[in-house]
Amino acid sequence: MAEHAGPGTRSAVVDTPPQREVDVVVVGAGPAGSAAALEVARAGHSVVLLERGPFPGSKNVYGGVVYGRVLDELVPRWWEQMPVQRWVTRRSTMIMTPTQALTVDFRTQAWGGPPYNGATAHRCDLDGWLAGLATEAGATLVPSTVATGLLRDASGAVVGVRTDRPDGDLTAKVVIACDGVNSFLAKEAGMFVGKPTGHVTLGVKETLRLPRNVIDERFGVTGQHGVDIEILGCTRGIPGGGFLYTNLDSVSVGVVVDPHGLAAKKVRPEELVAELKRHPAIEPLVRGGELLEYSAHLIPEGGYDTMPELVTDGFLVAGDAAAMCLAAGIWLEGVNFAIGAGMYAGRAAADALAAKDTSKSGLASYQRMVDESFVLGDHRKLRRVPGLVLGQRMQQEYPAVLCDLAQGLFQVDNPRPKPGLLKLIRRVLKWHGVKTRDVLSDALTGVRSFG
Amino acid sequence: MSPGQSYGLQAFDDRMSTVDFDVAERPHITVDNDVCRSCQTTDCVYACPAKLFVPTSDGGILFNYEQCFECGTCYQVCSGENALSWTYPDGGHGVAFRKG
Ligand SMILES: Cc1cc2nc3c(=O)[nH]c(=O)nc-3n(C[C@H](O)[C@H](O)[C@H](O)COP(=O)(O)OP(=O)(O)OC[C@H]3O[C@@H](n4cnc5c(N)ncnc54)[C@H](O)[C@@H]3O)c2cc1C
Ligand code: SF4
Ligand code: SF4
Repeated sequence: MAEHAGPGTRSAVVDTPPQREVDVVVVGAGPAGSAAALEVARAGHSVVLLERGPFPGSKNVYGGVVYGRVLDELVPRWWEQMPVQRWVTRRSTMIMTPTQALTVDFRTQAWGGPPYNGATAHRCDLDGWLAGLATEAGATLVPSTVATGLLRDASGAVVGVRTDRPDGDLTAKVVIACDGVNSFLAKEAGMFVGKPTGHVTLGVKETLRLPRNVIDERFGVTGQHGVDIEILGCTRGIPGGGFLYTNLDSVSVGVVVDPHGLAAKKVRPEELVAELKRHPAIEPLVRGGELLEYSAHLIPEGGYDTMPELVTDGFLVAGDAAAMCLAAGIWLEGVNFAIGAGMYAGRAAADALAAKDTSKSGLASYQRMVDESFVLGDHRKLRRVPGLVLGQRMQQEYPAVLCDLAQGLFQVDNPRPKPGLLKLIRRVLKWHGVKTRDVLSDALTGVRSFG
Repeated sequence: MSPGQSYGLQAFDDRMSTVDFDVAERPHITVDNDVCRSCQTTDCVYACPAKLFVPTSDGGILFNYEQCFECGTCYQVCSGENALSWTYPDGGHGVAFRKG
């Protein structure tokens, strides 16, 4: 059988190896994998970090903001080392129709100094830095190597991985799958049995070069401060959203969309990005930007209810591979969850090794640690939010309702008197065929999730 | 550069020329045209961000693996049974993003 990683991979059954080549194999040098390898190495165990790309970050794409506070637990004064483009001190949520835009814009100088809040960074810089921390602590990074499947003993316990190198089997006491959204290893291990699958959105991004001072002027920032804009209503009603982030001398602009929705609307993802760039609220910000790179990647968007089992004998799953990503309109967070989950997975593996029990029950502390922390805490709390934000009303009706409400409030129609607010709301809802009952129920879901 | 070019109107080839690839000899994705010819949805044609699925006049699909982002969108949206054989390229090959 050909040894390649994909949806069709099968585990190889091997005799229980008398001795394992390493204590832990971590698959994938993204944020989850590097955090896991770092904690295993720090605890004094041997760990190999496999990465299929030629260098960490080479296969990875995100919007561009990393929320770094989770690093407090891993790297003291991390902000002095992390390769950052700009520190986000201004965060906006923009709701648009083709001709309107309503923006909630928040800025605080507090996010411009330690310990900061969010930062833009490119993935080869960020992932390279994180992997570097792991190797400095003693982990062995093996790039340009694909884990093509799991090695399992007769009882089904995971005892290592097969790779695409000659003599590529690598036995280990624990395998931590941090292989990202496609999550072939966890699927192969049966961790998704009974879970809804296919909850992915497609993210496409353009990185556009603009001079640093032009970015400062257009976005109203100075120094190394930057801006994060999340956008709703820019995807022609296909479930999704848009984003625009400032790097030092480039901006990242893109959309995330339900890939199943594109064919129905006969539109391609890069056309949605082009439309967004032509929007009257966005065009003045990105005008003249020269395309430096076009890129794309999938995002797990299903949230808590689509997460796989996280622990089995000799095997842990962390990060996007476990759908630990929050991608619902006004949020795009995943790196922070990946680092947190990877860190706990690494600690659980180290504890299990110390206790000489790497079975499912020996590794169970991972489940407890993610349950009790923000990693699953946030996702549990926000489990209804993907359905709300990606639902039909939020995608197709509310942007226009809110923009028309704002227009009604701000438009001066003299000699007609100003409309009362309630009357205006009723009129706009009726106009767009939205039922008050639905608005109230959505508002309640929102209050329950965020309250 | 004319103003239009920076607005996303550039030809798709120009867009793809901004991306680095180390093309492997093995096609890591292959398409079974017998299945595609009876496909009603052709979701792949719209969803593949690298625009690698090109409809042909006989109702099939012309596919070239070389400039693939390895994202997985095509196998997620494809409705044709076993139309795609999908794998990651061998280690070190394929796309290498610089501004991810
Ligand atoms: C368009 C877009 C915008 C986003 N915006 C943001 C944002 O602004 N902020 C944020 O926090 N998050 C954002 N995210 C989410 C974020 O990118 C992910 O949640 C995060 O990268 C998950 O980290 P990870 O380590 O779990 O997986 P990944 O970063 O995907 O890392 C997985 C690694 O495993 C490697 N790999 C996979 N399979 C194998 C194999 N078989 N063998 C060897 N190596 C393998 C891959 O090459 C990769 O390096 C965004 C995502 C997208 C797509
Ligand atoms: S969706 Fe699948 S079956 Fe249909 S044309 Fe595309 S690859 Fe072929
Ligand atoms: S993996 Fe992504 S880029 Fe490659 S062919 Fe499939 S959809 Fe296109």
